[in-house]
Amino acid sequence: MIEVRGISKSFNGAPVLKDISLTFEAGKVNFIIGRSGSGKSVLTKCIVGLIAADKGEAFFDGRNFTAMGRWDRNEILQELGMLFQGSALFDSMTVEENVRFPLDMFGVMSKEDATKRVEFCLERVNLAGKNRLYPSELSGGMKKRTGIARAIAMNPRYLFVDEPNSGLDPATSIVIDTLIREITLENNMTTVVVSHDMNSVIEIGDNINFIHKGELWWSGNKAGVLNSDSQELNDFVFPSEFMKEIRDSLRHSR
Amino acid sequence: MLMAQVFSRPEKGKVYRRLIVDEMYKLGVQSLGIVALLSLFMGAVVTLQTAANIDSGWIPKWTIGFTARQTMILEFSSTIVCLILSGKVGSNVASEIGTMRISEQIDALDIMGVNSAGFLIFPKIVAAVFMFPFLVMISMTLGIFAGALVGTATGAISLTDFEYGVQYSFDVFDVTYTLIKTLVFAFIITSVSSYHGYYTRGGALEVGQSSTKAVVYSIILIMVFNYMLTQILLL
Repeated sequence: MIEVRGISKSFNGAPVLKDISLTFEAGKVNFIIGRSGSGKSVLTKCIVGLIAADKGEAFFDGRNFTAMGRWDRNEILQELGMLFQGSALFDSMTVEENVRFPLDMFGVMSKEDATKRVEFCLERVNLAGKNRLYPSELSGGMKKRTGIARAIAMNPRYLFVDEPNSGLDPATSIVIDTLIREITLENNMTTVVVSHDMNSVIEIGDNINFIHKGELWWSGNKAGVLNSDSQELNDFVFPSEFMKEIRDSLRHSR
Repeated sequence: MLMAQVFSRPEKGKVYRRLIVDEMYKLGVQSLGIVALLSLFMGAVVTLQTAANIDSGWIPKWTIGFTARQTMILEFSSTIVCLILSGKVGSNVASEIGTMRISEQIDALDIMGVNSAGFLIFPKIVAAVFMFPFLVMISMTLGIFAGALVGTATGAISLTDFEYGVQYSFDVFDVTYTLIKTLVFAFIITSVSSYHGYYTRGGALEVGQSSTKAVVYSIILIMVFNYMLTQILLL
């Protein structure tokens, strides 16, 4: 479980996050949704320490990550996997080397075990046999899947996913979404997904947190999204008349 | 701050050793061609220019060899070669690290708990500091060799006179001085370029700007340190 308490962040005096507190549960896919520029990516980066928050703390299973020094943080970081929006694969390394990188870097297992782990991760994301390819030779979906394989290589307790479906076609998006959900359940991970893709939210979201103008505006589950009275949430989730009609018909059918 | 991060304890020595060897090849061996070409032409031109300007019977012919040696060892092989390397290596380092920054590869390293500054910059600094002196020594040798070749081929000087000039009043400290300069220049080129790459923000345009800044600042610092080291070591 990850608990965020009172995180605030400003850039050049302009507040981007305002006193955000929320909880991400283990074994669930927790979504952070919001418009572009609402602060959801900044919030994620503050939680994992890529950006220093002005105020507030993040607790990973009770451990205060924000208060830790670099070496203590490494202990938690090695339990954390992250899939970046652009996959962030190392260009100079093959698929296998990318997935193997964290295992080699921290020497957590023998050479043979590391090879087996890499094979397992690649098979898990349906990339078996693609070991020797370089990132430039992969499609968008394959890059995302390699990114997921690298993120789960260390068998993490926490998984952060930033815009998993950006630039992907709907069919590939569903493959990635399903993979994220399955991996979360298999390993009882605390998964945090940052997205503005409502299809993903409805497909795999357990807990949904809506960030609006730097504030936590709404929290709930999928059913709550359909029935919410929040004007801002409705405007975001159902922006067109067509979507509003779908929402109304879903409400009536329940 | 960045340098403190660069020289902090590495996560795994074996991985760093492999990276250093890779960087030695990329920054050193792959620069050999341009250094060799440049040195051959510099040595040849210095010899011809000196020969063309000695028109007094009071100045012995071996002065041509002496001048070629001193020019190559004291200045051309270290300063000029390092200026060229700041363009080749500096822009390469800045753009490589800058691209990794904007494509979130550095964030990916940080999130794994890897010291990204140490992982990316330390091997480049060590590789350059180790390899550049070899490049400079090769440059000196080739420059003087080209001088001898062109001097004798054009009939400006006999090989015996050129050899005498090259050996005349030779002081080993001149080589030491130029190698000290090279070590400092190697550190400047890699650290300044890495700094500009590491702190790149934005997109492809900013990577280009970082690359340009890296080369410009490296050149300025090389010239300033060239003056300071010469005053400290030679006077």
